[in-house]
Amino acid sequence: MMKQLSPARKRLLDNALTYGIVIVAYLVLQLLSGAELLSSTMEGLLIPICAYVIMAVSLNLVVGISGELSLGHAGFMSVGAFSGVVANVALQQLIPVNSLRLVAALAVGAVMAGFAGFIIGIPVLRLRGDYLAIVTLAFGEIIKNVINCLYIGVDENGIHFATNQAALALAEGGKAVVKGPMGASGYTKLSSFTAGFILVLITLVIVLNLVHSRAGRAILALRDNRIAAESVGISATKYKMMAFVTSSVLAGAAGVLYALSFGSIAAKKFDFNASILVLVYVVLGGLGNIRGSVIAAALLVVLPELLREFYDYRMLVYAIVLILVMLLTNSVGIRQFLAQRFVRLGRVLSKRAMKGVEN
Amino acid sequence: MAKEFQKGKMVPVPSRSIVPERDVDKMPVLECSHLGIDFGGLTAVNELNLTIGRTEIAGLIGPNGAGKTTVFNLLTKVYQPTRGTILLNGKDTHGMSTTQVNRAGIARTFQNIRLFSNLTVEDNVRIGLHNQVRYPMWDGVFRLPRYWKQEKVAHEKAMELLSIFHMEDLAQHQAGSLPYGAQRRLEIVRALATNPRLLLLDEPAAGMNPSETHDLMENIIKIRDTFQIAIMLIEHDMNLVMGICEGICVLNFGEVIAKGTSEEIQRNPKVIEAYLGSGKKGG
Amino acid sequence: MNITNLLFNLVNGISLGSVYAIIALGYTMVYGIAKMLNFAHGDVIMVGAYICFFTMSKLSSLFAPGSLAATVVPSLAGVLLAMVVCTVLGVVIERLAYKPLRQAPSLAVLITAIGVSYFLQNSALLLWGSEPRIFTSIVGSGSIQLFGGQLTVAYTTIVTMLTCVVIMVALTLFTGGTKMGKAMRACSEDKGAAMLMGIDVNRTISMTFAIGSALAAIAGALLCSAYPTLMPTTGSLPGIRAFTAAVFGGIGSIPGAMLGGILLGLIETFTKSYITTNLYDAVVFGVLIVVLLVKPTGLLGKQIREKV
Repeated sequence: MMKQLSPARKRLLDNALTYGIVIVAYLVLQLLSGAELLSSTMEGLLIPICAYVIMAVSLNLVVGISGELSLGHAGFMSVGAFSGVVANVALQQLIPVNSLRLVAALAVGAVMAGFAGFIIGIPVLRLRGDYLAIVTLAFGEIIKNVINCLYIGVDENGIHFATNQAALALAEGGKAVVKGPMGASGYTKLSSFTAGFILVLITLVIVLNLVHSRAGRAILALRDNRIAAESVGISATKYKMMAFVTSSVLAGAAGVLYALSFGSIAAKKFDFNASILVLVYVVLGGLGNIRGSVIAAALLVVLPELLREFYDYRMLVYAIVLILVMLLTNSVGIRQFLAQRFVRLGRVLSKRAMKGVEN
Repeated sequence: MAKEFQKGKMVPVPSRSIVPERDVDKMPVLECSHLGIDFGGLTAVNELNLTIGRTEIAGLIGPNGAGKTTVFNLLTKVYQPTRGTILLNGKDTHGMSTTQVNRAGIARTFQNIRLFSNLTVEDNVRIGLHNQVRYPMWDGVFRLPRYWKQEKVAHEKAMELLSIFHMEDLAQHQAGSLPYGAQRRLEIVRALATNPRLLLLDEPAAGMNPSETHDLMENIIKIRDTFQIAIMLIEHDMNLVMGICEGICVLNFGEVIAKGTSEEIQRNPKVIEAYLGSGKKGG
Repeated sequence: MNITNLLFNLVNGISLGSVYAIIALGYTMVYGIAKMLNFAHGDVIMVGAYICFFTMSKLSSLFAPGSLAATVVPSLAGVLLAMVVCTVLGVVIERLAYKPLRQAPSLAVLITAIGVSYFLQNSALLLWGSEPRIFTSIVGSGSIQLFGGQLTVAYTTIVTMLTCVVIMVALTLFTGGTKMGKAMRACSEDKGAAMLMGIDVNRTISMTFAIGSALAAIAGALLCSAYPTLMPTTGSLPGIRAFTAAVFGGIGSIPGAMLGGILLGLIETFTKSYITTNLYDAVVFGVLIVVLLVKPTGLLGKQIREKV
């Protein structure tokens, strides 16, 4: 018999495994990329993978760990992306070093998204269940809609906001960064795979350490039994908000990383479907399972690209895979059916083995 | 202790502890006056006046549906009272939330057990210690020295509290996987961890066998004596109620029909009628 | 703001709202009974619209152009066939994808519904291509003039509103008076108890999906008559808006879906013409949020107290 591990020990190993997988994956991909063994599509996916891993882990904090269904997570990514892009352009002169400017842009994007998360969290977290979900959906759409109508320009006087290009009234040499439905374009790309990897590690540290601390236990307690948690003096508003804001901060950073890996970005990229996509990563990876989110996000970002040969059919296949996985993992009936089949299969096999012995 | 009793035998009442003095009449821990709540048109609790002394063990009894749990829900602000006041340590709890009431000194258990069943026994108690052993979120996220120090304190306190019911060995078990009786005991430990002045126990002996019930009675007294707190309990086991409660309040249809010591309650004709019916036929 | 303009917007708003209301009914009935958000509902609308479109374009060549038969027969056949196809589709989806998940956590069902939605959209993409089709209105492109030609109301608008009223009355009679309708209400109250009373819960749920999907087909035909661009993604946005309408009115409540749908249509139309043409989505969702904050279960939703 193996010795039973104590939960604390098991948790330590569990976390080490998560970090290990991320680090090994980074090293392998970095080596492959250095040896030019990666296709150009794969090369182009490295940063989006990091961004979506962060998105999935941060959404898992809200959906899996805090237990509130959010359908507007892409909205926070959007807020982060656009404020990061503006920060990037605005700080061009002040911080000429690219890597430092990336850090600054990430910080700006994260803070802005966190702020948005806080403002939105005030009404959202007063609601429960499906109603909470629909309001997060509504906010996601509102963010998309507002950014779609927003014009932001930068000149020597600072940052200008307007609802159409003419109203920006930029001084000579000024630059319109965000142009309504056209989105943002013409900025320097700053993101790198290494930066993405570091951001993933930071995200994991924040989320995993948060979960296994006083605040994290409070969040888990509220998920497991809200009334009991309140009865032992835990403020639901405070800790639901803590999870929600932390999650939006991380989503904002992911948005910056994502936006700054392309030369242009539009608000419609972060629509309801994007939110749902991240939710799918979280659910397939397992609610509350951080490692699952990392793996599911990475695989599912790559999967449609791997299915590129069946270009026309790939989204269809994706849909079918999604439905089948949900049915296989959640349906009691189907699981029993399979178990019976396997038992029968096992019995047939064992009978054969017996015959073999007799012969 | 428990082994001395055999199944089927009447459970002996444990010796009542010696409380220094009956302190009901001094500054009480809880005073309710004219407390009531309506659900829609239905009056669930009405005109409840209740006083509990600093270290009193009080019982709240009554037939099913009398509104006993509703009283607990009012005291802990799960429901906001429609009328009346609740004074806790002389302070009005009007407008407070469940969370604030707990911080002010009321902890409770639930009739239908509400543990954090996916978490370990120790984590359940640590969550109870939430406001006792504190450190900011950032110390936890970045694992600063205060995190390690406070987590150690929390662990030691949790173990100490679990030792009341000799549950230290179960610390790493999943709370939801414990047997029923152990879950009830864990709920009491979790409530105690919040360092209350008044502990509300909602049917603590439900589902327990006679020897477990007997242990529970001793432990309730022990808890009161060690922590010097007031305890109010809802219970259908009359041995337990009559055995350890110094003051008993009987509720029927949301109204108090009798108050007093166990002897007084047992003799009260209104109580007998509420429990056994009036004996008149028809109606 | 002149009065005819106001009337014009009012009529158009109610008409758009009627379409939302018919879609919202599908969401709300399914939610009420199966406690699930059927995200694929919007795509059933799209399928219905395509079926109607193809039937109409096949049949219209058989009749002399301009004759009464040329407008009535293809449209009726198109809508009826769309209803049949969508009903079958809805029931099949329920049987294959949702029924095995009756006991599963609601999030699993939600993700499955999203999978079904992707499936329908991408199947449509493969079958019918991504280029938009121009849908001809099921009641022709005519209109009537009111107030000496100051107010023009399209036939489509009138038919949409009438259909909505008919459906509302029919559904009220159905849920209130028939055995199946009562069974539905019983199931949405308490499935376990309904089963013990001898109600076939599975059949009732299938029936709900069938009705919801048939309504989706009608909504698809009406929606595309008013907004003639038909693409595989046509259903998803109106789907989300109608879903919002259902929540707005109080999800699970049939009059709520009607009220929510019509209010949503009015808000959308008035915002577009009087406030902002770009931000109407933000306004619509903003109103929804305010309503939910004031009445957390929607306008006509039931308040549920958690038992402690």
